[in-house]
Amino acid sequence: MPPAAIPRRRPTASRTATRRRSGLTGVLLALGALVVLLAPPAAAEATSCSPTPTTACLSGTIRTADGDPAVGVELSITGPEETSAVTGEDGRWFAEVSAAGAYEVAVDEETLPAGETLRDPAANPRTVTVTLGSSAGTLFPLGEPSAPSAPPAGGSPDAPAPPGDGEVGLEPGLDAPTQGSTGGSAITWGRVAQQATAGIIFGTLLALASVGLSLIFGTTGLSNFAHAEMVTLGGLAAYVFVQIVGVPLLPAVLLAVLVGALAGWVQDAGMWKPLRKRRVGLTQQLIVTIGLAITVQYVFQFFFGGGSLRIVRANPTTIPLGPVFITTQSLIGLVVGLLVLGAVAYFLVGTRTGRATRAVSDNPALAAASGIAVDRIIRLVWTIGGALAALGGVFLGLYFNATSWNMGATILLLMFAAVTLGGLGTAFGALVGSLVIGLVVELSNLVIPSDMRYAGALVILILVLLLRPQGILGRAERIG
Amino acid sequence: MSAEAVAALAAVPHTPGAPKPDPILVADHVTRRFGGMTAVDVQHIEVQRGTITALIGPNGAGKTTLFNLLTGFDQPNSGSWTFEGRSLAGVSAARVSKAGMVRTFQLTKALSRMTVMENMRLGAKDQPGESLARALVPPLWRARETEITAKAEELLARFKLYEKRDDFAGSLSGGQRKLLEMARALMSDPTMVMLDEPMAGVNPALTQSLLGHIQSLRDEGTTVLFVEHDMHMVRHISDWVAVMAEGRLVAEGPPGTVMADPAVVDAYLGAHHDTDLGDDALLDESVARQLEREAAAEEQAHEEDQR
Amino acid sequence: MDFERILVTVAGELFAPTTAAYALAAIGLNIHFGLTGLLNFGQAGFMLLGAYGFAISTIAGWPIWAALLVAVACSTVFALILGIPTLKLRGDYLAIVTIAAAEIVRIVGRSTALTNVTGASSGLRGDSYKQTFHALSPFGEGSTTIGPFTYSNSFSNSWWLRVVAWVVVALACLLVWRLMRSPWGRVLKGIREDEDAVRSLGKNVYAYKMQALILGGVIGSLAGILYVLPRAVQPDSMGRPMTFWVWTILLLGGAATVFGPVLGAMLFWSVLMLIRVVGRAVIPSSVMSTAQIEQFGWIIVGVTLMLLVIFRPQGILGDKKELAINVR
Repeated sequence: MPPAAIPRRRPTASRTATRRRSGLTGVLLALGALVVLLAPPAAAEATSCSPTPTTACLSGTIRTADGDPAVGVELSITGPEETSAVTGEDGRWFAEVSAAGAYEVAVDEETLPAGETLRDPAANPRTVTVTLGSSAGTLFPLGEPSAPSAPPAGGSPDAPAPPGDGEVGLEPGLDAPTQGSTGGSAITWGRVAQQATAGIIFGTLLALASVGLSLIFGTTGLSNFAHAEMVTLGGLAAYVFVQIVGVPLLPAVLLAVLVGALAGWVQDAGMWKPLRKRRVGLTQQLIVTIGLAITVQYVFQFFFGGGSLRIVRANPTTIPLGPVFITTQSLIGLVVGLLVLGAVAYFLVGTRTGRATRAVSDNPALAAASGIAVDRIIRLVWTIGGALAALGGVFLGLYFNATSWNMGATILLLMFAAVTLGGLGTAFGALVGSLVIGLVVELSNLVIPSDMRYAGALVILILVLLLRPQGILGRAERIG
Repeated sequence: MSAEAVAALAAVPHTPGAPKPDPILVADHVTRRFGGMTAVDVQHIEVQRGTITALIGPNGAGKTTLFNLLTGFDQPNSGSWTFEGRSLAGVSAARVSKAGMVRTFQLTKALSRMTVMENMRLGAKDQPGESLARALVPPLWRARETEITAKAEELLARFKLYEKRDDFAGSLSGGQRKLLEMARALMSDPTMVMLDEPMAGVNPALTQSLLGHIQSLRDEGTTVLFVEHDMHMVRHISDWVAVMAEGRLVAEGPPGTVMADPAVVDAYLGAHHDTDLGDDALLDESVARQLEREAAAEEQAHEEDQR
Repeated sequence: MDFERILVTVAGELFAPTTAAYALAAIGLNIHFGLTGLLNFGQAGFMLLGAYGFAISTIAGWPIWAALLVAVACSTVFALILGIPTLKLRGDYLAIVTIAAAEIVRIVGRSTALTNVTGASSGLRGDSYKQTFHALSPFGEGSTTIGPFTYSNSFSNSWWLRVVAWVVVALACLLVWRLMRSPWGRVLKGIREDEDAVRSLGKNVYAYKMQALILGGVIGSLAGILYVLPRAVQPDSMGRPMTFWVWTILLLGGAATVFGPVLGAMLFWSVLMLIRVVGRAVIPSSVMSTAQIEQFGWIIVGVTLMLLVIFRPQGILGDKKELAINVR
């Protein structure tokens, strides 16, 4: 039953909200400033480019198949900034940008010299990661296509672009090297320990991301397919604060968490509460979350492009920890994650509001009848869920070494798997489920090809639903 | 036949689980636990064929749970039962219904976004067009569809719903939905109907006609088992009453005897001994007329709501 | 701005093979969701399996009818695997299981471990499995211009494919129309409304749901074949977003209606194309790049889906009184 017709919340709630709102005004202002920063500067045609501490250069040389300079080829550069370039007499092109990040460099094939084609049309546009104070080279070799890497024929002019185009090769979790070694070699204790460590770290971060999903399901009955976008939001916000605003990492993490909390709060206030009031059915709401997920993903892609974005430029340092190696970032993520999860657990068990939250989770109608302001609890759950998801997003971005517009979406089903495994709607179940899923994902590397490891976790999800649909910690009576 | 069946009950002892001369339903050791709570623990119960048996008891006595178990909507922790000599324990709800034991629900399950007529047709059995392959060839099912429709019209007329046949079931009043659900259950000519609180939410004017329908069902040979809180109804139409409390069968007997039984009153009402169980005085002529007027007004208001 | 060119491009989208493929996939989903109320969020999985089944068996040298049978068999088995455990559980479990299962199909399909069979993430080249379909064409070689539209007669994105695709869509509409008006369809509708009520009337709800899941899935797999015939089998282009577009199309046109999926698909792709061509013509690339115009189109799709579900869940052709989305 949607907990829609709930007695008015007590006045304290609106006071807290006001306080929270004023605290967040600063964040809003910061975001406003960002938009200004992100506005594309006028495209300047450069004949040469030398990087300064606040600028960076993109450059390259385009030569024909015979090795002569290709003159007058136009390139467009998109990413944190937008600009364009044209090759000169020597076939060279330059572009100056003043923001770091991933840029998409595209050759306008129409402007290639007559008879010339790209050797590898699939590699146009290319994504280049740019850091301030340096030059990044990009090459577009011309000549006969080297067959196998060319996209298969049939991309007919009238056919819409493959809808999943954004997903191609952009799954950081699938492609990025992880802490563990890749599959293939023999199973040794060392590898098992390494993978298990990676699994615990991944599981902890997954738990951060999915506690909110579980709490929201518990209190409202909604399967929120847009939860992953709050995770992405955290990663992208951290990227923006660190790389564009130039805030150090730790304050940037805090700011990202604030942005996440704000996103959760705004979502519930602006959308889900009105929908509950309208008594829109849960199935309808579920489809609304899908629409929201699509919208937000493409808004991210619109502003940040399709490439991967590194929150921190420096390569992670690895420290040995007994038999295993662990990056400092992961270690910090693990420690912070465990502390925060501990705090969440304390909140749920040890505080009045936390107990009220669990009561609403158990039975919203009963909770409302016993004087709990259900709407206030739900708002709180959305806010906390958003904050935790954003925190998880930042650390996952560090763990994967990059974030991107669909980072959350690639792990959405793992989050659902974790939450379902632990028992839909139980917060502690989400913790346990996440650890199991994290371990399964990383340990399955040992026996199956690493690009199939997510499938292993999803098989577990399905098996759990078959054998014990109430999850590890759930109770049988909740079903049906 | 039903008169004989009712008469035969006279010889049955008034003890819980008493054997009946011609039982249609016999259940043994049926238990159902939810967590630590035992919702149903019935050692033995028999229902006499061709009679109206009422199942009463305080809230949480396990009446509806027992209903769900017997009709295959819930699985017991233990127990077995037979219907017309066939074991139905562990049989799916659909098969129970096919065997001739059709139920209704406490919260009506009229299919609100289907018309009244479609609801009725869905209740029929042996429609070949309900198989996927044959559905594609209308000549294979048109004839049966015509029969079904005729039968549905007859039943709708009897239940005073004929005018509403093309309306969406969702537009009916609560009482009309109860009627529809009962009429739909009758589409398959069941040997036994299990009515879960047929009177709940029904306005008093319709109560009389519902009672009439249930009695005429019995007179036509259908066995009726119903759960009810309305003691007037129980007293009026039932031939036999079984009382449940805390999951157990605590008393059985003809309505007059059972309702006078202090043990039942105790189980039922706890401390509230002064409350009357089914006082007929409330149903005298003037009160009934007053109720009917109120009901008519309510009905009209409801119809205006629909517009 | 070249109005004629824009108009022709957009109108071409109305009867493009891709539009037909999506319409067919939405018809399959309509049997799941519109008729039976099953929340299948893995329609792209059925499509991808159909495409793989057809392409791989054709590459193995099988005749076209055998390849079609393989596709149908794949989706039937998939439906059984998904349905046996979940159709007895609450509706949203089916949603999570189907979306996960479709994702498993994609992840396994794109895995390098299967490069020899599925071509891993780069997929299967169109040329490698199109010839049997091409050979059946009565239209011969060359290309034909009808009005402003010029397409090849028989190969790849051809008139032949258009004719076949839309005939299949028409047949599927006919099938749905027939079934909706049959006692079988009535039982499904009852299940959509309240499966316990239908169970109490002696119908084997589980079997009906399974039949619906298989039928819709098989139609989905045929849609998958239509979808890959003018292009290549690329697992990553047939992932979750594809399922979501199919849903949007179904809800746009109207669930539980016969022509809703067709209207939805036509509107969806032509409006999307309209946004793209007009965007490219009107918006200078310094304001929005080509890629951003495309993303803008998808943003519109997402927003449309949200607004549609909230304010007009019955879609364009649906009847509010027979609203298919269960209000729970």
